[in-house]
Amino acid sequence: MTANLHLWLIPLLPLTGAAINGLLGKKFSRPVVVAIALFFCGAAFADVLWVAAQFAALAKPHIEVVAPWIRAGSFQADFGFYLDQLSLVMLLVVTGVGFLIHIYSVGYMWEEGGFYRFFAYLNLFMFFMLTLVLASNYLLMFVGWEGVGLASYLLIGFWFTKDSAAAAGKKAFIVNRVGDFGFLIALFLLIKHFDSLNFQTLAQSIAPLAPETAGAGLLTSAALLLLVGACGKSAQIPLYVWLPDAMEGPTPVSALIHAATMVTAGVYMVARSHVIFERAPAALTVVAIIGTLTAIFAATIGICQTDIKKVLAYSTISQLGYMFLACGVAAFSAGIFHLMTHAFFKGLLFLAAGSVIHAVGGEQDMRKMGGLRTKIPWTFWTMTAATFAIAGIPPFAGFFSKDEILWRAYQASWAYWLIGVFTAFLTSFYMFRLWFLTFFGEYRGEQTGDAQEEPAQTGMSAPHDHAHGHGGIHESPKVMLVPLVILAVLSIIGGWLGVPGSLGGKNRFDQFLGPVFRSSAPAINNSHANAGETAPPEQQTEGREPETGHSTELIFTGISVTAALLGLYLAWLLYQSRPQLPQQIAHVLGGFYNAVANKYYVDELYSVLFVKPLVDGSARLLWHGVDQNVIDAALNDSADGAREVSDVVRQMQSGNLRSYAGWIAAGAAAVITYMIWMGVK
Amino acid sequence: MVPLSYYLVLSGILFACGVTGFLIKRNIISIFMSIELMLNGVNLSFVAFAAHWHALSGQIFVFFVMVVAAAEATVGLAIIIAVYRTRETLNVDQVNLLKL
Repeated sequence: MTANLHLWLIPLLPLTGAAINGLLGKKFSRPVVVAIALFFCGAAFADVLWVAAQFAALAKPHIEVVAPWIRAGSFQADFGFYLDQLSLVMLLVVTGVGFLIHIYSVGYMWEEGGFYRFFAYLNLFMFFMLTLVLASNYLLMFVGWEGVGLASYLLIGFWFTKDSAAAAGKKAFIVNRVGDFGFLIALFLLIKHFDSLNFQTLAQSIAPLAPETAGAGLLTSAALLLLVGACGKSAQIPLYVWLPDAMEGPTPVSALIHAATMVTAGVYMVARSHVIFERAPAALTVVAIIGTLTAIFAATIGICQTDIKKVLAYSTISQLGYMFLACGVAAFSAGIFHLMTHAFFKGLLFLAAGSVIHAVGGEQDMRKMGGLRTKIPWTFWTMTAATFAIAGIPPFAGFFSKDEILWRAYQASWAYWLIGVFTAFLTSFYMFRLWFLTFFGEYRGEQTGDAQEEPAQTGMSAPHDHAHGHGGIHESPKVMLVPLVILAVLSIIGGWLGVPGSLGGKNRFDQFLGPVFRSSAPAINNSHANAGETAPPEQQTEGREPETGHSTELIFTGISVTAALLGLYLAWLLYQSRPQLPQQIAHVLGGFYNAVANKYYVDELYSVLFVKPLVDGSARLLWHGVDQNVIDAALNDSADGAREVSDVVRQMQSGNLRSYAGWIAAGAAAVITYMIWMGVK
Repeated sequence: MVPLSYYLVLSGILFACGVTGFLIKRNIISIFMSIELMLNGVNLSFVAFAAHWHALSGQIFVFFVMVVAAAEATVGLAIIIAVYRTRETLNVDQVNLLKL
């Protein structure tokens, strides 16, 4: 607590960039906009690196309170920043990947309208995301939480002249509100019972409490409500529907917000609330179940998508499911590990997909691609690294993190593990399907040499992903390729931070994050620290797997690698070796295939269950019923009444002197009568 | 000794006659006379109370009323004559130039 690192600078730097570009950017030339955006984002990254360099010498957690914010009675929420291993990892991921994507966007968005607006939003997003990550209490975290939702809405609807983009933005915003509702109520619960939202204070007051194994109590309900919030932000069942639609935004946005950083905020929040979750085993089980179901559910949908970005979107949902599964079996550091590697390879996948789309002149349908391997070699090789990484093939990054999660899941229940491995197989299959369809075989699209397939749009820009059809299929400029290469390197080596013991590593990542999660584990576990498998699965303490499990763990590693290779083989068989086979299989499966291809009709179901009743209810009941018949009617009727009364009363004021006199006389008579009557009484 | 209530009743009747005349008559002079009648009705009740309570203020007030009534009659009759000369009528309903 002695050193002052001025942590407040980290989020404030991108905010400055956003303010300058957002307020004045319209007058700047494009190079100036780029310089401002990159400088402030890069400065934040540099600051984080500097903080990381000081990190070893700090007392953890390192808390800096900058200014008081809300003080009401004994309740207190400050502008405070909380730095520990967990937030440091998140900071590095957010600023590092974010900076690379900023660079990439320069090339990608160069010809788009609203250039300055895009970078202002991007910087704004960085500000809110860093606030979320660094906040020292739930309330400040919630500010960042809502802020990233806002930035996400703005960027999804970046091409707001396109109806589908505007609708997708609204959908993301509204679905997120459902989750935030749960989050807010959880905060109220915590305030009511612990009178604080500070992470440290909360941890101190919750730590002595025993786990709620017997029944659902306060902690379980708080944990479940937090989970609702996390489900909304991290696109888990049942609130995942917004993420595939969010692909309407520019591809760098999909990479930054809807793959690498914002959607992982839910995982981060669950990990940050581990003190609560560890004491609510029932809630943890729910987290694990939701994660597992989401993982397999989204993976199956991903198989049938034809839009390259939609495949990646469902893959993101599926991978987020893995992270939730990890959190659900109390393997928080494994979840964060996967979060980090996922940020590398999924960010890369999206950027490479953007590069592919860029190359073929705005086409997103994989059926119209193919044979691009030789035409865009850099994109091909970087995408290959990412594909192998997500498929979980060693020694790429995804292998280590996914394997860690599966192993920890197996310790909790074999069912999690089974579904997880099957999902790994599906993941490998749909990713290699994408890979083969895009890069191998014959080019199936029309020649884009004079591709003016987009009608000229009036207004700000052609609201389609970079439909600038110049030249034929071409490699992207260097400014887009450099981030791809850096991320590819990270996708390859990123996993080596956490090589598990069974493979001769030390799992340094787990050791690094360990203190965050271990220090607060429920007291009951410490007495059973070495009990290993005999402890109830939900109470497995972080990183305490028995040494004897190495050979078993190796077998499981082998199984998951086999699953990944099987997916690769199947994809090769169906999409490279015998391309007519998928048609036949789809034909044989019939109805089931249709259901999957139509995303299990979930959007339609939600539409019938929630959207339509809501729209009808507000139109019929609230608009026609209450607004028109009650509120408007009351107003109009009182006006009518006033006019009618006036029509009668104005007869009195005739201008005839004697009638006035008559009224005076009548009034006087009335008064006298009244007084006499009262007097008599 | 005539009781006070007799005077008051007579005063009320006089006043009511004045009001009624004021309301129903069209001729300006009749209306004018009705006003005088009302004033006198009030005067009667003043003096009746003054006699009843043995207080002089009521009687003094009557003098004031008479002075005002005399002044009013002077001005009023002058106006009536002026109106008659210009309009050649005494019907109030036809003297309505100021009304919109």
